[in-house]
Amino acid sequence: MYQYDTYDQAMVDTRVEEFRDQVRRRLEGHITEDQFKPLRLMNGLYLQLHAYMLRVAVPYGTLSGAQMRMLGDIADKYDRGYGHFTTRQNIQYNWIKLEEAADILADLATVEMHAIQTSGNCIRNTTSDQYAGAAADEIVDPRPYAELIRQWSTFHPEFSFLPRKFKMAVIASDTDRAAMRLHDIGIQIVKSAAGEIGAAFYVGGGMGRTPMIAPCINEFVPIDQMITYSEAALRVYNRHGRRDNKYKARIKILVHELGKDEYTRQVEAEFAHLLTQNIEPPLAELERIKGFFADPAFEVGVPDEVDRSDPDFALWVDNNCVPHKQPGYIAVTISLKPVGGIPGDATGEQIRVMADLAARYSFDELRVTHTQNIVLAHVKKADLYALWQVLDANGLSTPNLDQIGDIIACPGLDYCSLANARSIPIAQKISQRFAGREQEIGELKLKISGCINACGHHHAGHIGILGVDRKGTENYQLSLGGCEGADTSLGQITGPGFDEEGIVDAVQRATDFYLANKQDSERFLDTYRRLGMAPFKEAIYG
Amino acid sequence: MAEVQFRFRDDEPVADPGVTVDAFGDQTNAAAVRLEPGDDARDLLPHLARIKLVEVNFPVFGDGRGYSSARILREAGYTGELRAVGELLVDQLAYMRRCGFDAFAPDSALDPADAKAAFDRYGEVYQPTTDGRAPIWAKRHAGTANG
Repeated sequence: MYQYDTYDQAMVDTRVEEFRDQVRRRLEGHITEDQFKPLRLMNGLYLQLHAYMLRVAVPYGTLSGAQMRMLGDIADKYDRGYGHFTTRQNIQYNWIKLEEAADILADLATVEMHAIQTSGNCIRNTTSDQYAGAAADEIVDPRPYAELIRQWSTFHPEFSFLPRKFKMAVIASDTDRAAMRLHDIGIQIVKSAAGEIGAAFYVGGGMGRTPMIAPCINEFVPIDQMITYSEAALRVYNRHGRRDNKYKARIKILVHELGKDEYTRQVEAEFAHLLTQNIEPPLAELERIKGFFADPAFEVGVPDEVDRSDPDFALWVDNNCVPHKQPGYIAVTISLKPVGGIPGDATGEQIRVMADLAARYSFDELRVTHTQNIVLAHVKKADLYALWQVLDANGLSTPNLDQIGDIIACPGLDYCSLANARSIPIAQKISQRFAGREQEIGELKLKISGCINACGHHHAGHIGILGVDRKGTENYQLSLGGCEGADTSLGQITGPGFDEEGIVDAVQRATDFYLANKQDSERFLDTYRRLGMAPFKEAIYG
Repeated sequence: MAEVQFRFRDDEPVADPGVTVDAFGDQTNAAAVRLEPGDDARDLLPHLARIKLVEVNFPVFGDGRGYSSARILREAGYTGELRAVGELLVDQLAYMRRCGFDAFAPDSALDPADAKAAFDRYGEVYQPTTDGRAPIWAKRHAGTANG
């Protein structure tokens, strides 16, 4: 994985000192809270309902064992013993003291980590495919391109006061595991018929109160112009994105209001100009970065079979492991969704256990997934049982990847100052209600947001739940048919909302109807797409 | 008009107040113009030869359009004074400098020591702009094409 040189390290170290100085100026009263807010946000520090929350960047979701261990230590030293992995492949700590924030950043800097641009109206942490480097279907590892974007977007002088936050994702396979088209810019690395590598640009996707699927504005930008094209897309947005209404300030609104063709025309004009400015890093820089993402030293001739004699282990293998491009290896997802647990939470000790397992069994590398789980991407099949036994002993062997218990949920009203309703208790109740029935129901992606900002990706859930405030009480809207990936679709609301108990019952009526009507090996989503909303609605509301 | 607190030029400052972009087109003798966030900096490009001062207004610090305006002017070869005015904060100075601003007239005067620290803090940069500083990638690949 990528390692800092003295330049990268200097940037992060300088940032720690800058932030320390910003906190000092705030505490001494040189700047107001209004003026301090964007500064702390650009360091990932939010003031939440009960305390400060610090969001730490995990670039494209990839971590070393030492970095993961540090995340566990920070959970114990500065938080209440927990870390919360997020849909942006980052980690958040919910109980932080302002006076200690700079010390945490200093600790992070010792392992080449930071909280730069994890919030604020700037280019956020770039996300990617959690199976990068392991997936059989990728044309290249997407992470070098994401790292190139990380460096370009870090402290970008022109784009640090955008109309609104800006999220980018990079993938390199036709199967989209990063919800790429639901980002402000989604890039798919593609190969032309002539074998040239390029970047397809999808611009103007997003969730929030106006969910939109990004249209493709350029199917092939030569790879040695990707940064220049990104700069053009951002400049048009920075100049013309709406600033009169924060709910209409995302780039998706600009692309929608201008129309894809006019937005594209403006980007292409800006691109033609910027090509004269020589702002693109040389290909030698991309090659340098690629060197860090070369395949690890896979052993050849190792057994390609898994001993399935332990039924609990076999179930977990079937549910949580996916094929690897290298014979004898497999990619493992560690579910952070135990029955009744808080989605994405792990204790400091669990985080360190995962770090140790990565060191022993997966070339010292881990990934955070946008579904709030952890991946060990390169595990030898011969080691799988030993790995599972350690996970099982530490409450990390829940065999429910992509099933109804593998819920995405935002922090909701338990932590977040923006939320209208709680998300976590709903996730816990659903997880408990369906415990033991997950195999029967099969693949079902359920996602919960506690407000219209949609941090829990409810629009993209096969079943989506949105918490709203209705006359002072929490109310939950149900939607069906959302999906991320190559066949991205947005969920449709079923009808009137439900209270806390009612929403769990409604989910059960929907899944019962699915089980009674599925054909062959249809997933919930397939049955919904075949039958449409009407019969589901009738089953839910009677 | 707020006073210029920081200036990184040796020439004589232009005393004229900047006229609006609309008025500028008609006043062929005007040498100073003021850009509001919604103005298109490219409207000035035909007139760059006679402009000695462009004021770019930041009515609120969070409105970042002026950063693009500045870069567009510099990328087009403008060499006159580019002055940021309005709600300027210490932590924006370095970004503004990189975008081509060489004079700063904040509504509220900034602490000189804090400002100096902000201008000087980052010894390295990841992106090239027209300010002439070599980005990190150029230093990494000194001697190679485009590096």
